[in-house]
Amino acid sequence: MADTTHGRSGDSDTRRDFLNLLVNSVAVFGVAAVAWPIISSLNPSQDVLALSSIEVDLSQIEVGQAITVKWRGKPVFIRRRTPEEIKAAESVDVSTLRDPQPDKDRVQKPEWLILVGVCTHLGCVPQGQKPSEPRGQFGGWFCPCHGSEYDTSGRIRRGPAPLNLAVPQYAFESDTLVKIG
Amino acid sequence: MAAPVFKNAVVRWIDHRLPVFSYLHHEAYEYPTPKNLNYWWNFGSLAGFMLVVMIVTGLILAMQYTAHVDHAFNSVERIMRDVNWGWMLRYLHMNGASMFFVVVYIHIFRGLYFGSYKAPRELLWQLGVLIYLLMMATAFMGYVLPWGQMSFWGATVITNLFSAIPWIGNDIVTLLWGGFSVDNPTLNRLFVLHFLLPFVILAVVVVHIMALHRFGSNNPLGIDTKGPQDTIPFHPYYTVKDTFGLGIFMLFYVFWAFFAPNALGDPANYIPANPLSTPEHIVPEWYYLPFYAILRSIPDKLTGVIAMGASILILFFLPWLDRSPVRAGTFRPVFKWFFWILVFDCVILMFCGKNPPESYWMPFSLELVDADTFTERVAEIRSIPHDQALNAVGDMWGVNSAAGSFGIKIVRLGQLGTIYYFAYFLIILPLLSVFETPRQVPLSISKPVLGGGKAMAHATAKSMEKA
Repeated sequence: MADTTHGRSGDSDTRRDFLNLLVNSVAVFGVAAVAWPIISSLNPSQDVLALSSIEVDLSQIEVGQAITVKWRGKPVFIRRRTPEEIKAAESVDVSTLRDPQPDKDRVQKPEWLILVGVCTHLGCVPQGQKPSEPRGQFGGWFCPCHGSEYDTSGRIRRGPAPLNLAVPQYAFESDTLVKIG
Repeated sequence: MAAPVFKNAVVRWIDHRLPVFSYLHHEAYEYPTPKNLNYWWNFGSLAGFMLVVMIVTGLILAMQYTAHVDHAFNSVERIMRDVNWGWMLRYLHMNGASMFFVVVYIHIFRGLYFGSYKAPRELLWQLGVLIYLLMMATAFMGYVLPWGQMSFWGATVITNLFSAIPWIGNDIVTLLWGGFSVDNPTLNRLFVLHFLLPFVILAVVVVHIMALHRFGSNNPLGIDTKGPQDTIPFHPYYTVKDTFGLGIFMLFYVFWAFFAPNALGDPANYIPANPLSTPEHIVPEWYYLPFYAILRSIPDKLTGVIAMGASILILFFLPWLDRSPVRAGTFRPVFKWFFWILVFDCVILMFCGKNPPESYWMPFSLELVDADTFTERVAEIRSIPHDQALNAVGDMWGVNSAAGSFGIKIVRLGQLGTIYYFAYFLIILPLLSVFETPRQVPLSISKPVLGGGKAMAHATAKSMEKA
């Protein structure tokens, strides 16, 4: 028995090493080939992806009014800014900001500010959409969870959040219709 | 059997405090296994593999499934159409159930032929029967989840089996349903139990393996291992053999899953459940067919249900019904025949369970015809009027033996099959234990494997003394 299991010399060790390597490679490849579809199945499915853009009618929104729409399960803030809010957003010295970005990079039309309404700290929805809600010291949004304050361009100005409110991909299909996503 | 010394320091550190590595080394590496196991011994590990496949694919499917009567069917279709690789995971799970039963049935018949249920492995066998019962329950519940027509009516029929219990039967069924018919509460609880039971099975499998490792595997000669010369370490010998068998089995499995994914299922289950209309033919999945045939063979409701239950429960008592001291069928010249008749009988019962009970099977022309057609054939061949033929066909056994028109009613065939099934366990095995003269069994495993010879027999005797 000993002969068949161990062979006579180092030669058989090399062959055994080779076989072990081969078997283990096949096993690793097999596990990976099985893990791939399983993990992939947890990613968004086709029906979820199919719903990843929405169209919003802007014609009913007055100057100074804000609405919240749901996009990919998250709130999207659409605020029709007043001239004062636009001016306040544009006049900030960008170099003093935590996440420096000029207002013109954050809007396509200065009147319409469109943001993903999710605080960049830990994912709460900031307040400030309704006139009755606190907007913080900078006139934008105030997150009730940990006190982050955003300005009228949705940029982080105070509090623990590291980044500005995200701007989703969107396009104006006409003056009163915007497609988000 | 000295404790192994591990090269890896972390492994050594852990093993000193929690000896999992020693345990694995002992039970899965050096574990002494009879050296003469043939490929019939692959099916235990294959069953374990299938359990893992079912749990993994099942967990992923459960993440996408909705257990609600309004959404269940559509959520399964969503898995098929929209979820990435969802079609593959579902087909692997769906056909995996069939494959699990294929390997378990072979595993069971292996045990029946080689006497693996005999002392000292009675508990091992009974734990296996328990696993099989749990599998049947789990598979039934899983079949309900897609909420197709067969799901719904299968659930209705199976739960109604309990209504056969005298006095309290209907109350029990209401309790099972959580209502007055199979409905949303039923679907919810069946989903929960379908999720739970595989883990119960896993636990019983662990105990099954503990019982197995107490005395080690039985082997094709059915004799005890008499010392180290009769055994080889589990690794690498049987890990390699099991892996090779697994590769072959996987070809078989993925063939079904990828090329004939719906061949083993019923197309009626792609019709959403309709509580107001029963499909024309209610047929269970193939792995239940023999038991379904036994149920239908008995014209009385309660007796039928008892017979069906008894057909499985009887396996629990098998170690005491077969008193023959010889384990392997190889050395039992008479037993062998009855065993293969039992295998054939189970195939016949499957056939009976699959087909409408009122139809006739004509073995000489290999045809299955309905009662009207059969009567016409009889009238034609015997040249007798139709009503006379009707009388001839309607006799007790539904057998008509006129030349060329021999046919047997499916339900009668099922009754014959049922009689043999029970007779095998209750009459044939106990009698064989007394009247059969077994052939001489080899002295040791080493002897036939190594060609025998006096030297070997001597060595065996010596090692027995040591033991």
